[in-house]
Amino acid sequence: MPSAPPRTRPLLHPLHGLLLAWPVALFPAALLSDITYLNSAEIQWSNFSAWLITGALIGGGLVLLWALIALARAKGPARRQHGLYLLLLALMWACGLINAFQHSRDGWSSVGTIGLILSLLSSLAALAAGWTAFAGYREVRP
Amino acid sequence: MTVRGFILSAGLLALAACGRSQPGLDQTGDRPELPDQRQTLLPPMKIATPAGWENEKPTAPAGFSVTAFATGLAIPRQMLVLPNGDILVAEGSGGSAPALRPKDVIATQIKAMGKTSVKGGNRITLLRDADGDGRAELRSALITGLNAPYGLALVEGQLYVATQDALLRFPYHEGETRITTPGVEVTRLPSRINHHWTKSLAAGPDGSKLYVGIGSNSNVGERGMAVEEDRAVIWEVDRQSGMHRTYASGIRNPTALAVEPQTRRLWAVVNERDELGPQLVPDYMTAVRPGAFYGWPYSYWGQNVDPRVRPQQPDMVRRAIRPDYALGSHVAALGISFATGAGLGPAYAQGAFVGQHGSWNRQDLAGYKVVFIPFANGRPAGKPQDFLTGFIKDGHARGRPVGVSYDPVHGALLVADDLSNSVWRIAPTRR
Repeated sequence: MPSAPPRTRPLLHPLHGLLLAWPVALFPAALLSDITYLNSAEIQWSNFSAWLITGALIGGGLVLLWALIALARAKGPARRQHGLYLLLLALMWACGLINAFQHSRDGWSSVGTIGLILSLLSSLAALAAGWTAFAGYREVRP
Repeated sequence: MTVRGFILSAGLLALAACGRSQPGLDQTGDRPELPDQRQTLLPPMKIATPAGWENEKPTAPAGFSVTAFATGLAIPRQMLVLPNGDILVAEGSGGSAPALRPKDVIATQIKAMGKTSVKGGNRITLLRDADGDGRAELRSALITGLNAPYGLALVEGQLYVATQDALLRFPYHEGETRITTPGVEVTRLPSRINHHWTKSLAAGPDGSKLYVGIGSNSNVGERGMAVEEDRAVIWEVDRQSGMHRTYASGIRNPTALAVEPQTRRLWAVVNERDELGPQLVPDYMTAVRPGAFYGWPYSYWGQNVDPRVRPQQPDMVRRAIRPDYALGSHVAALGISFATGAGLGPAYAQGAFVGQHGSWNRQDLAGYKVVFIPFANGRPAGKPQDFLTGFIKDGHARGRPVGVSYDPVHGALLVADDLSNSVWRIAPTRR
């Protein structure tokens, strides 16, 4: 009997995937509204960013917790992928948290250069984490 | 950067946010020392949580006695001494600023920890101490059903009350303890959002004009400048017609107004902006110059530009004038009253009493006391002297001073305390 080719298996539980959608969508959305604020000085864009980042942190926090448990339980080929995924999530969440404080400052200081860089970093980390999760991993058949 | 490195740097940033004050910085008087701006991720916050007085009293200088003139009030703010010696107290709490950011939700919760849980009375209470024992034995709700009353003034038998949305006029007859006649609206006052809701009030020297202090709708314009129209200004209101003009602008939160008795000029105590560091920006008192622009939000203490305001306005910064006298950063000056006559002794014959509600935006608590600033020829002539202290004990606030009123009828100073909901009376000890 010829052995079947190795299959790609999803890394995530469906609910985990839905939660991951929060930071993946909201951090880049915050980045866009930050850019709009810096271009317009219209403060409502910065307010939008503050809420988007908060939402991303809530969803992202649950995902981070889930990913931590998943890594502890992972075995074999999935383990490496879980580790990378957790690392990216942690980077995303840390940048997001600092950025939430940054966005609680008043006026121009709520974004500025630092806020923009943090939004960019958390967006990239969120997208990379999402990519890592949804790319899945190669099942190795004995 | 590793995860651990990131968490470490986040922790370091949080530590940096503690924002210690530089010791020895002199931030009172006409030339306060201004440190560099220090914006932190987390504004340094320290709330003095409430503790009871436990039969103790604030501390006055030697030779003075302190009595609890009235207790059990419902958030007393500003007071007015009537010609017959009766005391009026405005009680209430206003503001309707919606939370625009997650920060607003959290900051409101934190600041509430330093406030009374009592609901504002929305009334004017009359207090009378006929037997002269320093305690008001008669207490009467003079006017009820008001919308967060604050500023009070009496001119020619008319009592003026500045509520958070209107300036009202009531007929007053000497000796009466209850006014049932509905108030006549002299003018509406700006009340949208009402981030700083208090409307301070003083009658001008000749009685024909009233001055209303209207605070800004934000710390430093972070709700957008559209909502700052007619905010951070002092209005001059014609008493007869109710017409107004802007008397001074860029004056962030003029929380109390008073006329200096010698020069007959209008003075204001003003609360300045937060989150530029524990020692920026000093609150101040100043003689209000007609037409003057005091900088808010574009700059402070003259031409010190605030980088948080965009678009910046260099032409407005150039126009900004320096206030007369700094009181210290974040002390939250909420009351001013001038001594008239030597009822408190020769050392306090000329000068201003200033009530300081106390800080939240610095680690080392500031304010939480009443100071006296001696005047000569109608100008400040010396450093602030502590007049009433003891509001902080073991890091807890037992009281927070708001309005102060010199009582020329009895020769006493009255201090409203909106944390213990009392009015304190300080008078020379009888021999």
